[in-house]
Amino acid sequence: MKQLFFIAAILISGLVAVQAQKIKGSDTCLPLSQKEAEDYMNANPSATVTVTGGGSGVGISALIEGTTDIAQSSRKIKFEEKQKIKDAGNVLKEVVVAYDALAIVVNPDNQVTKLTREQLEGIFTGKITNWKEVGGADLKIVPYSRETSSGTYEFFKESVLKNKNYKSGIMSMPATGAIVQSVGQTKGAIGYIGLAYLSKDVKAIHVSYDKGKTFTAPSVKSAKDGSYPIVRELYYYYITKKEKQVRPFIDYVLSTKGQKTVSEIGFIPN
Amino acid sequence: MKRIFEKFIESLLTLSGATTGIIILLIVIFLFREGAGFFRHSEIESGYVLCVNEENPVYRLTPKQIKEIFDYEIDNWSLVGGNDEEITPFRISDISDYYSDEELGENNEFLPEKLGEIIAATPGMVAFIPEQYAADTNERVRQLITEKLNPADFFGGDTWMPTATPAPQFGLLPLLLGTLWVGLCAILIALPLGLGVAIYLGELADEKIRNLLKPTIELLAGIPSVVYGFFGLVVVVPFIQKTFDLPVGETAFAGSLILAIMALPTIITVAEDAIRNTPQAMREASLGLGANHWQTIYRVVVPYSISGISAAVVLGIGRAVGETMAVLMVTGNAAVIPHSLFEPVRTIPATVAAELGEAPHGGAHYGALFVLGCILFLITVVISVTAEVISKKQPQA
Repeated sequence: MKQLFFIAAILISGLVAVQAQKIKGSDTCLPLSQKEAEDYMNANPSATVTVTGGGSGVGISALIEGTTDIAQSSRKIKFEEKQKIKDAGNVLKEVVVAYDALAIVVNPDNQVTKLTREQLEGIFTGKITNWKEVGGADLKIVPYSRETSSGTYEFFKESVLKNKNYKSGIMSMPATGAIVQSVGQTKGAIGYIGLAYLSKDVKAIHVSYDKGKTFTAPSVKSAKDGSYPIVRELYYYYITKKEKQVRPFIDYVLSTKGQKTVSEIGFIPN
Repeated sequence: MKRIFEKFIESLLTLSGATTGIIILLIVIFLFREGAGFFRHSEIESGYVLCVNEENPVYRLTPKQIKEIFDYEIDNWSLVGGNDEEITPFRISDISDYYSDEELGENNEFLPEKLGEIIAATPGMVAFIPEQYAADTNERVRQLITEKLNPADFFGGDTWMPTATPAPQFGLLPLLLGTLWVGLCAILIALPLGLGVAIYLGELADEKIRNLLKPTIELLAGIPSVVYGFFGLVVVVPFIQKTFDLPVGETAFAGSLILAIMALPTIITVAEDAIRNTPQAMREASLGLGANHWQTIYRVVVPYSISGISAAVVLGIGRAVGETMAVLMVTGNAAVIPHSLFEPVRTIPATVAAELGEAPHGGAHYGALFVLGCILFLITVVISVTAEVISKKQPQA
């Protein structure tokens, strides 16, 4: 009897494995994947999609170990992670499912409206400490950052700081909501947040990546046409061996309906 | 039959006592075992090496120097004991500036060779590259010596940047001093207030008010610390910023204020118990000698219950030092050695809470957070033992 049960369990889990898929990784992508999975399962009652967070790094290492089918990531896969997948004899597939723009925000009372990447780098690495150095009032600059563990922290460091370290002793907030709160109530504050978090409590800065020739305000439109520079891709990674199993879901995410969900969540569709 | 039942209950109670003891012991062993692993890690990120041109006379760089070089703060080899030559930091991702993907081969098979060429051609270069590629570079490339993480750097370091590459900076001082600073200031705020309330409740308040006030204060201890954090972030922080006209409101002072409120119930309850334990005979003797109520309180009652009051203070400090969530939300979490009350600070519990989730399991960062846990544990052990010793001391009647 027990044996029979055991065999049945194996059979069932085998069956489920064909239709079920696991998505793991970035917390930034989490709300998006959850909503997509929900809609997908409503449309295909036989399918099961399980979505868990844990961070981009966690998702990718799960993909390497084979404990997840899709790794969701808010950063590009690292060189050594790619190497590990290659070493295991697998071929990696990368899909961009959405884009996320990072807005640079200051207090609404601040007169400064535009900054270049070089100025931002100076501010966040501690070389520029007063707003008057970048055309504002005589006021101390208070840069707010995210915690070191966040993918947003890493992306900002790569894109804006060109891999230099943040100034030692930068204020680090546990969540994006806390940055909005603090920037909204601190006169000299500056911080970075996802586009979806923009509100009237903070003012978005126009940013230039070409040494001050053109300044662009963050918006869904400017991020989509590529004129706003601080945009990151949100990725799904999988290995080609599982193509058959994961492709229907990914195709759904990339479909018009799936991309509509992307905009609803506050990201920029493909 | 009844005897057997009693025996059974007795052994059950013994067993639960033993289990609790063993669990505590296991947690402590776990904490210290994980923490000890920290000092076995290398100074630079594992799996990577730093390579220089063979002609470069520099053999070793400290973690601090490595960080400053890759931040372009040190830009000449003469500043770190080498020739007068400009430093060119190189990361593996910079390879695309030198060679195209085709030149590196489909599976990066030419990568080691090309890396070797770049380093050999640039005398001032220091390259941060994966170990597996460094082995096959050419003989004109030399690896810098890297050592294990040094306890002196950890306990004496003043920079906490656990995710800096190539060389993470693990400096305990800003975190330890931040924790003690916030805890100490919290107790300085809470002590007069707590003592005042305790004396009022123990000596002056009539039964009706006391029955109302005491449960209310004890309720304070039951409010979740995140709620205190919210209150702090939305109310206390802007208030402090406006009142003192500061650039930022997230300061050590905001943390101290919130912690003071959180430590109050502990202080009040323990101190009030001590005050009420003063024998009625002593009070009556004092009053009988002609002392008035106030004189009795500060000449007889307070000196008699001083050991209990001290224990209350020490327990309050313990509460403040170990608090995580509220502090994480209001102190700004900037890892700098505090110089004043009106600067952001970062405490040990906040650091562990914020960083452990994403630290790679078993890595140097993970180990460092466990060492922080050990240090916090030792601080609270010292505090608890002190409280125990003080409260055992018999007052001299």
